[in-house]
Amino acid sequence: MKLAFSGGIHPAGHKELTNNAVPVEAKAPEIVAIPLKQHIGAPCTALVEKGAHVYMGQKIGDGEGMTVPVHASVSGEVIAVEPRKFPGWGDVECIVIKNDFKDEFKSDLKAHDSADSLNGDEILRIIREAGIVGMGGAAFPTNIKAKVPLGDIDTVIANACECEPYITSDDMLLRTNPEKVLGGLKLIAEILRPKRIVIAVEDNKKEAIDVLRGELKNYPMIELSVLPTRYPQGAEKQLIYAVTKREVPSGKLPKDIGCGVFNTATCASVYEAVIEGMPVIRRIVTITGEGANEPKNMIVRFGTSYEDALNAAGGIKPETEKVLSGGPMMGLAQPDLKSSVVKGNNAILCLLPQKKYDETACIRCGKCTEVCPIRLQPLYLYRNVKNGNTEGLKKLGIMDCIECGCCAYGCPAKLPLTESFRLGKKAVREAMAK
Amino acid sequence: MNFLVTSSPHIRASVTTRSLMRDVIFALIPALVMGIVFQGVRALVVTVVSVATCLIAEFLYGKIVYKKNTVKDASAAVTGFLLAMILPANVSLGAVVLGAVFAIIVVKALSGGLGNNIFNPALAGRAILMLLVPAQIIRFAAPGTALPLFGTADIISAATPLHEMRMPIIPKVPVMDLIIGRAAGCIGEVSALMLILGGIYLIVRKVISWHIPVAYLGTVAVLALVFSKTDAPLMWMVYNLVSGGVMLGAFFMATDYATSPTSNKGKLIYGIGCGILTYVFRNVGLYPESVTYSILLMNALSWAIDRFTAPRVFGKEKGGRA
Repeated sequence: MKLAFSGGIHPAGHKELTNNAVPVEAKAPEIVAIPLKQHIGAPCTALVEKGAHVYMGQKIGDGEGMTVPVHASVSGEVIAVEPRKFPGWGDVECIVIKNDFKDEFKSDLKAHDSADSLNGDEILRIIREAGIVGMGGAAFPTNIKAKVPLGDIDTVIANACECEPYITSDDMLLRTNPEKVLGGLKLIAEILRPKRIVIAVEDNKKEAIDVLRGELKNYPMIELSVLPTRYPQGAEKQLIYAVTKREVPSGKLPKDIGCGVFNTATCASVYEAVIEGMPVIRRIVTITGEGANEPKNMIVRFGTSYEDALNAAGGIKPETEKVLSGGPMMGLAQPDLKSSVVKGNNAILCLLPQKKYDETACIRCGKCTEVCPIRLQPLYLYRNVKNGNTEGLKKLGIMDCIECGCCAYGCPAKLPLTESFRLGKKAVREAMAK
Repeated sequence: MNFLVTSSPHIRASVTTRSLMRDVIFALIPALVMGIVFQGVRALVVTVVSVATCLIAEFLYGKIVYKKNTVKDASAAVTGFLLAMILPANVSLGAVVLGAVFAIIVVKALSGGLGNNIFNPALAGRAILMLLVPAQIIRFAAPGTALPLFGTADIISAATPLHEMRMPIIPKVPVMDLIIGRAAGCIGEVSALMLILGGIYLIVRKVISWHIPVAYLGTVAVLALVFSKTDAPLMWMVYNLVSGGVMLGAFFMATDYATSPTSNKGKLIYGIGCGILTYVFRNVGLYPESVTYSILLMNALSWAIDRFTAPRVFGKEKGGRA
């Protein structure tokens, strides 16, 4: 099949570990620590104090500007409001709640039998109040992404590619609740009124595609796009190109070329917020990897520690070497299990010790240029990072690097390409700030 | 519990520098076997001496300068193997050692080691021997001549197909002999069939891409057809492709990573350049052979070609150049 976008790789999928694991509810933990920043933007301010009683679904943090609220995922008592360390986010203020296991639910959101009576602005307001962010990992506030002048977006794409190895949370969501994903997508389309509504799936998810084909009979306005499996197809720019053949210009956003991309789980959350009156307080997390005793998909409440989530899933093998939030290509390594499950957290991946390779010098094989989905020349970027040539880095387009990891994955010299580009980007930013 | 924290990606493909080099060696073995069949066991001795010298030179330089054992990446073994492939079996073993040391120390190590050399070390090793001991390099024993295993080989120089084409006439050697390797020539150059098989192996294994060999051989073929020097242009073309070092050059020398461009467009330009130079040098000048110098000349342009064939960055108007 012709490639839908240039570059990319075919890493071993390992999805078979969990791709028949229907999501099961994880036992709610005794304590949840809910970070006040689970999105790109400004952190929330706590709305509750230590000692307060909170209901499940109650708004416990909110703020002004680029912020979406966070909600309690259990009912119980606030036992602390304190900063905790999160890899990748730094110190984040958390609301720590002691679960009373009553699951007393109370929310400002209302259920609606249908969205027919709601206009776009009202749906947007519900999306914000429900605390919805991009749940594929980027955690960009959905209400801001969808707040575009009417007519500017002509194509809305639901991203069900899930191209990272090991992860099946979107796949299982599609198979178990297609009506929520498609219903949510329809609600987003209600706001943006695009000409084209697409749900894009990779062809390795046969069951999901069958389920969608059946369900789509009820949604004649939505088109199914089945793409040849290739990482990083789920990267926003690559997906837009695969579906529309449009390139998001360097430094611009999808909306600048009339596109809006929303993750599968994000769509389902929109549906739950608008139709069921449910804020986002939990999500499907794929708990997997060779280090997990019982790989499975679990519905985990936000604020559940990795330790509790992994225990609920059957624990991990003692020889587990790495625990990642997210997939193996772009996931973030956790030093310990203290992190909380948050909105953008689609997987916890436990890896056993892997083969260690010796680094050699760059042999100029050019495999990195072949796989780069942005068509950069990683071998020359690497040289310039090593020489500290920020001017050269800028010219070679380092700021366009999406850090997908394809170059480092396939590098025979086993050079830390992606890692060095993160440093290179930082150096360029600092040089530009001067 | 504490876990290993490293930067993503957390998985790596199994391909390594060493595995790529190993594949190149595998791909060369059939051609070497034909060299041994038609030129005797001395062909194997030359190869072993060349590989061993390269490995020792690489080991000593690495230990002394980098305090590191760089032999493990197997690139020096490939250089040694390739150098032997482009020498006649009758070459003196002293010359082999000299060429191998020059290739590893001067051409590769002194320009920064693996990946940093501008010129193909094996070709440069041969080029220096052409200057120092030309009589040993451009005189070939006829296939089947009994050569001493180690001592000096007193040979009656046999005409290679290229000598005859220089006349210009269609060589007397049947094409079939050139395809299997029953002809006067360098150890690894004579069997076109085995070189093609080895080349296909490298392409299938994704060690090399098709761009350079196809552009190189295609250019030679087209030029031979268009500027045929005989009244049998098709045969002229076939002989141009199967004699001399073109096959080995196109699949194994011009595709050397360090000394060729990395972009596909660059590879095509580079391959076409090699083809043009090869055909020109074959028909103009004193030496009938030309592949060595064609590729060395194009080596010098590789980085520049890469600069000017940088792909257009996604979402940008033009490609980036540093």
